[in-house]
Amino acid sequence: MNDWKQWDGFEGRLWKEEVNTRDFIQKNYQPYDGDASFLEGPTEATDRLWGILQKLQKEERAKGGVLDMDTDVVSTLTSHGSGYISEETKDLEKVVGLQTDKPLKRAFMPFGGIRMAEEACRTYGYEPSPELHKIFSEYCKTHNQGVFDVYTPEIKKARHNKIITGLPDTYGRGRIVGDYRRVALYGIDYLMEEKARDLANCGDGTMTDDVIRQREEISMQYRALGEMKKMARIYGYDISKPAADAREAVQWLYFGYLAAIKTQNGAAMSVGRISTFLDIYIQRDLDRGILTEKEAQELIDHLVMKFRMVKFARIPSYNQLFSGDPVWATLEVAGTGVDGRSMVTKTDFRFLHTLENMGPSPEPNLTVLYSSSLPENFKNYAADISIRTSSVQYENDDVMKPVWGDDYSICCCVSATQTGKEMQFFGARANLAKCLLYAINGGVDTKSGEQVGPAYRPITSEYLDYDEVIEKYDQMMDWLARLYVNTLNAIQYMHDKYYYEAAEMALIDTDVRRTFATGIAGFSHVVDSLSAVRYAKVKVIRDERGLAVDYETEGDFPRYGNDDDRADDIAVWLLKTFLDKIKRCHTYRDSEPTTSILTITSNVVYGKATGSMPDGRKAGDPLAPGANPSYHAEQNGLLASLNSVAKLPYEWALDGISNTQTINPDALGHAEEERIRNLVQVMDGYFDQGAHHLNVNVFGREKLIDAMEHPEKEEYANFTIRVSGYAVKFIDLTREQQMDVIARTCHARI
Amino acid sequence: MQGSSVEGYIHSIETFGLVDGPGVRFVVFLQGCPMRCQYCHNPETWKMKEGELWTAETLFARACRYHRYWKGKRGGEVTGGITVSGGEPLLQMEFVTRFFRLAKERGVHTALDTSGALFSMKDPFRGRFCSLMEVTDLVILDLKEMDSERHRILTGHGNENILQMAKTLSDMGKDMWIRHVLVPGVTDSRESLLALRDFLGTLETVRRAEILPYHTMGQIKWEQMGLPYALDGVRPPSEEEVRRAEELTGMRA
Repeated sequence: MNDWKQWDGFEGRLWKEEVNTRDFIQKNYQPYDGDASFLEGPTEATDRLWGILQKLQKEERAKGGVLDMDTDVVSTLTSHGSGYISEETKDLEKVVGLQTDKPLKRAFMPFGGIRMAEEACRTYGYEPSPELHKIFSEYCKTHNQGVFDVYTPEIKKARHNKIITGLPDTYGRGRIVGDYRRVALYGIDYLMEEKARDLANCGDGTMTDDVIRQREEISMQYRALGEMKKMARIYGYDISKPAADAREAVQWLYFGYLAAIKTQNGAAMSVGRISTFLDIYIQRDLDRGILTEKEAQELIDHLVMKFRMVKFARIPSYNQLFSGDPVWATLEVAGTGVDGRSMVTKTDFRFLHTLENMGPSPEPNLTVLYSSSLPENFKNYAADISIRTSSVQYENDDVMKPVWGDDYSICCCVSATQTGKEMQFFGARANLAKCLLYAINGGVDTKSGEQVGPAYRPITSEYLDYDEVIEKYDQMMDWLARLYVNTLNAIQYMHDKYYYEAAEMALIDTDVRRTFATGIAGFSHVVDSLSAVRYAKVKVIRDERGLAVDYETEGDFPRYGNDDDRADDIAVWLLKTFLDKIKRCHTYRDSEPTTSILTITSNVVYGKATGSMPDGRKAGDPLAPGANPSYHAEQNGLLASLNSVAKLPYEWALDGISNTQTINPDALGHAEEERIRNLVQVMDGYFDQGAHHLNVNVFGREKLIDAMEHPEKEEYANFTIRVSGYAVKFIDLTREQQMDVIARTCHARI
Repeated sequence: MQGSSVEGYIHSIETFGLVDGPGVRFVVFLQGCPMRCQYCHNPETWKMKEGELWTAETLFARACRYHRYWKGKRGGEVTGGITVSGGEPLLQMEFVTRFFRLAKERGVHTALDTSGALFSMKDPFRGRFCSLMEVTDLVILDLKEMDSERHRILTGHGNENILQMAKTLSDMGKDMWIRHVLVPGVTDSRESLLALRDFLGTLETVRRAEILPYHTMGQIKWEQMGLPYALDGVRPPSEEEVRRAEELTGMRA
């Protein structure tokens, strides 16, 4: 058994025998059920650093969204010297380490695809190095090239027509959360020893494909760990041994995360569930009298400041999908243990408190793992922060815990993954709304006129017949599911081959469990359209090509979002049907298929590519985001809408069911305590029914309109809102997306 | 229809009412109203015998879908329940009584949002009203104007029986929320507001008294229904005007 003096005062045994962060946490954390009165404000150093950073953020916006970029250095763990928020204040930084040598400067990351890396530079007026161009197009292959080498004509056509869409073939797949806490708890040397042992035990000498690949990957992980030590040394730290106190624990952990964001530009680069872990170190120092509450908060503030600075060079098509420069540095607080104890500690409060000390912010993507059984004091504090900042999302611990245990992290916007045990193959979305139109038109895309899907017989009747539509839709979904999964198989294969996440995987168990995350776009529109066909009369309008391009719906029909089982049953059927089709397909590396109903801000782009629907949505209009009901469909108020979404079984969409709701502050109650109490009631009621996720926004439509018209106003500089799956500064959205947010239902009955 | 039947005409349902009673409310808007208030923002609920017919049982089953949002007590406060509003709920008193009785059997908090315009001390109203009060936890009552003549101009009815209802409820020990809609130039005269204050002083069970600023969101509905809008051009009160009214009446949320 290992025993380091850095572990003095820590309980337990198993976590000393093997790498097992969860066991360490369970044996050592102290639940806290008190209130927020112990919290401290920002220190002078925090104010000063945050002030400098806000100035830089302003400059960045003034320069069109990018402050500075690398053009001739390929980002690796050791490619850059040390960097600080500013040279003069570097001694004030309690947590150090930047992605490049300067704050907010974006690194050059060509392994996903040299064309994209170059396009990102040129978009913002930088000229990438011709030498790197030569290297990465003539001597060295990238992920993007690998994918396009194997795509079939059918895949390319489906991709081009956007029935499968947002695919991570032009950007990093992300969604892999290293257990960054391991760096603090064990130090790098022990982690390297363990990986060396795994390599020694990998295979019996028979070199099958699997063994060869596994051995190569472990070797890459081992090297990445060695590089992490060098990276820390650039900043004057030796992380080969365990962290000795809270400040080191925070710093060591951050170095682990920094290694990930220096080498990968995935769509989501989550931090994971670190609050309860760090609290153990902070509490030990407080007990020893070597740390004050003020200093503890400062540590967390400075760590969070670093998470607020994560940047990647993106291309315009990416920004249209994921607007507002998000990185999903998702960070979880709260949750409950398998033994039933609340995992809320004082540090869970401290993380939420950063939104007060440094104001609202979209990153890190703060996520409360919610259960109605959490301490009332914590629930009230989280609700209070939500009402004041609209920067927090909630996910149901009671439905996730049975599936993922009590040490899962959120690896993207809303998807859970067991920390240090799992990785996820992220796979964007299939547009099921478009698929319905293909079913009606025999696989022809009304926008391009191309035969994209199989040329099944189209529907030719004047009025749509429910049974006929369902039969044809089912066939078309069969085709789509297979094509979609096969496309993803190719993407994941090439990502592993050309853009392997060695630094993140080095902090995950060698025997990793893999999930295969598919997704659904256009959910509510399919449900309402099928409901219209079933309960009203839908007349088809065909153009001169004979294609159904519009619909006239006569009579009323139930819509998803009103707690009406007639529509909601269709929603449940749709999810189950699609998941079954996905599950039938072969998935790369025997990964476990899951699906999601979440679209991020890409609902706007997806909508542009989708024709008119029988539910009344017109061609080109945005789709409703995630699992949200369609615009103006909700006729019975917020709770009816929440109840509809809550009927979707989480077990069938383990990758997440995202729901974003906006409540007018005046409608939430007249007095402050009343608003807090009411919001907690809403969340208890919603999550106790087994719902998965809720983004809570509290503001009025007028504020959005004013912010859109007057983005220069000081009060809107950090005005943060929750959109499907993440938070974003409202003024960083495109005008189109701002209009979309404004158009969404705001629950405002006063 | 309000005789022996336990079916009610319902205009609409709001599952997320947070200002129509304590906590999170399932609010039922009944169809039909005898008043014709100049500032009404739901004129589409005036007509009788329109809307959808529901039995009290079906309606209560629907309400129960939201019981998870109102369960328990938080800091000793009621966390939610059902509210019947309108239109004028006293027009369908048997139905409301049946609905509330079902709620009370299950321990659900009940609130009645009424104008009081139908109130009478005479039977059969009085008897029915007493039955309703047995299953009503809170009455939300609008006191629109203290001067009866001006009340008649504003609503089409005098206010004597409404004030009498407030007194009766106070005598019965029934909890009340009192509301006054503040319309600049119409319901904001100093003497009216002071009279309101005096009247409130005679009531013993007022748990909350609120000034509601008039808003113009209802005007478009009048226009759509082809009705002339008497308050055309009247603006909502400013924050200072609301504060002044709160001070004069002593009403504060």
